[in-house]
Amino acid sequence: MKSLALLATLVTGALLLYGTKDFPAWGDPQAPASTYLSPVYIEKAVEQTHVPNIVTAVLGDYRGYDTMFETVVIYCAGMAVVSVLWRRKEE
Amino acid sequence: MRDISEHTAGEDLIIKTSVRLMVPFIQVFGLYVIVHGHYSPGGGFQGGVILGASFILLALAFGMKTSQEYMTIHVNAVFNNLGPAIFIGVGVLCALFGGLFLDYSALDKLIPLGPVEWRSFGIFLIEVGVGVAVMSIMVLLYWNLSSGGAMDEGL
Amino acid sequence: METIIGEVVAKYNYWIYVVLMMIGFYAMIGKRNLIKKLIGMNIFQTSIILFFVSTGVKKGGGIPIVDKYQALAGHVEAASTVNPLPHVLMLTAIVVGVSVTGVALAVLQRIYQEYGTLEEDEILEKLQR
Repeated sequence: MKSLALLATLVTGALLLYGTKDFPAWGDPQAPASTYLSPVYIEKAVEQTHVPNIVTAVLGDYRGYDTMFETVVIYCAGMAVVSVLWRRKEE
Repeated sequence: MRDISEHTAGEDLIIKTSVRLMVPFIQVFGLYVIVHGHYSPGGGFQGGVILGASFILLALAFGMKTSQEYMTIHVNAVFNNLGPAIFIGVGVLCALFGGLFLDYSALDKLIPLGPVEWRSFGIFLIEVGVGVAVMSIMVLLYWNLSSGGAMDEGL
Repeated sequence: METIIGEVVAKYNYWIYVVLMMIGFYAMIGKRNLIKKLIGMNIFQTSIILFFVSTGVKKGGGIPIVDKYQALAGHVEAASTVNPLPHVLMLTAIVVGVSVTGVALAVLQRIYQEYGTLEEDEILEKLQR
């Protein structure tokens, strides 16, 4: 069973390493992840929101829904822990 | 304010003294990280975790009862709900004043600061909501996990 | 051989993340202890977070906190500031990871109270009886 797990891990790792052949090089400014949306954020965020920290501007304004449901997720986590572990105090 | 040194949960004098000295500064730093998130690394999540860590430190050094004197279970339950409520309330307020949901510039009709300034201030409001929620949930997770759900005594 | 070494050196960051991911993945599917599985999941998550943050790196780029007045005057270049989007996504992912870990620890505590063990084999034995 352990050897099967090791085999599955090695196959997954090899496939992922094969996939990195098509990835952009480390620190490439022309990488696809840095060319479509993020220049708009970097150039327009301060003008549109007056927040110099672009991460906060994107987190709070452009991706407000993401952050809102994030808060709901940690709320649900707290409620789940309480309801799983709840014990009445012994009198 | 009561003298917390009368509790005997943590016996070591060095730990108790250093925690008593450090906790106020940790809390002030947590508030700083929340409110200064516009201009430096920080924001609601990070500041909330720092604030929660200060209460967890208090519980580790002085016992869970002591930390529950500073934030009772009921206050913690109120904070749990208050955090998401602030966030969603700001979003609903934007919708009520004629904008889209979470479009803070619509709040300009409430207090005229200018739509761009309101987008900045709206981000601050929701960061406060996130900080309150993260702080109280972290403390709640610690209380529950370390006491097995009874929330009376633990680590 | 030369080309393979060149590939590894040019993209060594991805190799580190893949190795980290393999460690976490093996711990998740190979180990029998539920706590070890949880630790493996956390290592897996760390590798994903590092991978995402590293996609935002630009060589010679500064932090995504800009000078307000320079930015208002339009003097901020996208090529000299790292990509803020992966940072935002991973900020939320870290908090989700903490929540998931908390819920998992609570469930593990309940399992321990119920069965008296966290070993998968012993739990399965007790379930079949």
